[in-house]
Amino acid sequence: MKKTIEELQQISLQVRRDIIEMIYKAGSGHPGGSLSAVEILVSLYFEFMEKDDHFFLSNGHVCPALYSVMAEKGLIDKKLLSTYTELGSSLQGHPEIYKLEGIENTSGPLGLGLAQAAGFAAIKKDSYVYCMTSDGEHDEGNHWEAVMFAAKYKLKNLIQIIDRNRIQIEGTVEEIMPLGNLIGRYRSFNWKVFEIDGHNIKEIIETVDEAKKEKENPSVIVANTVFGKDISFMEGNPDWHARAPNKEEFEKAMEELK
Amino acid sequence: MRDGFGEALIELGKTNPDVVVLTADLADSTRVKEFAETFPDRFFQVGVAEQALVTVAAGMAKAGKIPFTTSYAVFSPGRTLEQIKVTAALSNLPVKIVGAHAGFGASMYGATHQSLEDIAMMRVIPNMVVEVPGDFNETKKATHAIAENGKPSYLRLARQDSEVFTDEKSKYEIGKADILMKGKDPQVAIIGCGPILAGALAAAKELKDIGIETMVINNHTIKPIDDIAITNAARICGAIVTVEEHQVMGGLGSTVAEVVVQGHNVPMEFIGVRDSFGESAKTYQELWKKYKLTSGDIVEAVKKVIFRKNS
Repeated sequence: MKKTIEELQQISLQVRRDIIEMIYKAGSGHPGGSLSAVEILVSLYFEFMEKDDHFFLSNGHVCPALYSVMAEKGLIDKKLLSTYTELGSSLQGHPEIYKLEGIENTSGPLGLGLAQAAGFAAIKKDSYVYCMTSDGEHDEGNHWEAVMFAAKYKLKNLIQIIDRNRIQIEGTVEEIMPLGNLIGRYRSFNWKVFEIDGHNIKEIIETVDEAKKEKENPSVIVANTVFGKDISFMEGNPDWHARAPNKEEFEKAMEELK
Repeated sequence: MRDGFGEALIELGKTNPDVVVLTADLADSTRVKEFAETFPDRFFQVGVAEQALVTVAAGMAKAGKIPFTTSYAVFSPGRTLEQIKVTAALSNLPVKIVGAHAGFGASMYGATHQSLEDIAMMRVIPNMVVEVPGDFNETKKATHAIAENGKPSYLRLARQDSEVFTDEKSKYEIGKADILMKGKDPQVAIIGCGPILAGALAAAKELKDIGIETMVINNHTIKPIDDIAITNAARICGAIVTVEEHQVMGGLGSTVAEVVVQGHNVPMEFIGVRDSFGESAKTYQELWKKYKLTSGDIVEAVKKVIFRKNS
């Protein structure tokens, strides 16, 4: 039975707590992007991912969010979460398909995910193929090669969701490499474009449902999100791209996630 | 030899529905045009986009296909090393990287289009199989072999219409070197890969005429390396010359040396490019001459290694 929006919001809160705990315990990880992607991943995994659905994570560094959502969904043992990045763990610092069952691709190096999802979608035409990307990785040429490929081969079963948190490693996306008219760029390649609040679960679900109805072209959902969402001192601060909280920061963060 | 690749793909197209072919705007010169025309639903033109070539293929492999990706070796694996490592090899998916115009074949185009480092790049990647066929027959067999091996694989193709020196019917096994000729009590083993082996055979004949017996080994698989064949050659001959149309550093010569030094104390000489870029020339033969890859150079290397062995 499908969960209610309120239940999915509760799960999102728990996922955020898991993310902070994993990164704190590991002493490394990427909290900012993991926290911005929570509602996108919770919505996909709890509302859409059935037997014939496939999800490719492109910005693999946000895997604490993925691992936690998979654990909440019961796809992996929740006890595994505390092993993140430990020697011998199936939960690698960046996800690997031959270490962790249930994921579609190895990722981490940016700009490679959409192309793999597109290749998969070009073969499995009866499946829906979802791919989450970051706005930062839109700097990569490989990504745009895939955008054109998906358009040319009219991969209507391909749905990309961009975690548009506007932050990358060393600053804001606007400072590091402006993306120009992102929506216009996709439209110019005939992608069906949606723009939504990436923390509004109801909106995410309705939009994915809408994208699934697309009869001709691939879809992209630009999900506007907040980097470091719900931790006051992480929100919008690029310093939290790849940094683990210290004890004091950890306790403060967990206090805010109640 | 590219024609051997094209022919094998047509055969595979008919017998194996999982084989798909992708190219980065080089369907004609990588000889996949006929496959594209015969099996349009299994052919993908990705444009001049080598990174997508490999990563899209990785997605197709995950979906159960056996994708052959074709471009010039300078572009793929030249440009696509990370894509190959992460999306094909680390994922252990059967993506086939076909690098055409490897070596000096694109002589007129100059150093930018001459791939002399691709073997080195591919052989250091775990899970990767590296095949360097030498002629039409062997290219055909290598194409069939990698279609069936279930592994990420690199197929290195030369541009030139190389001399045919292997048999149409002979067995081709990945990871198993073939003895092309063996003199009586050979003093030197000449171990090579690719079209340059025709020159090695010519050198062996010339040496025989002056009383020097050799054996010539076709080491078409760089990885997994046939360490038994190499160790045997070292034991039987006591001296080795490697020949390749590639940088000596990291190529076949290095691979053979890594095997030999673990078991035998034998002198080695290396025929190959020595830490240098290529350049434009009307024919590849001019470049082989300049960069010392001719049968005459092989003869000299054999004489030198015998001198070292006996001194």
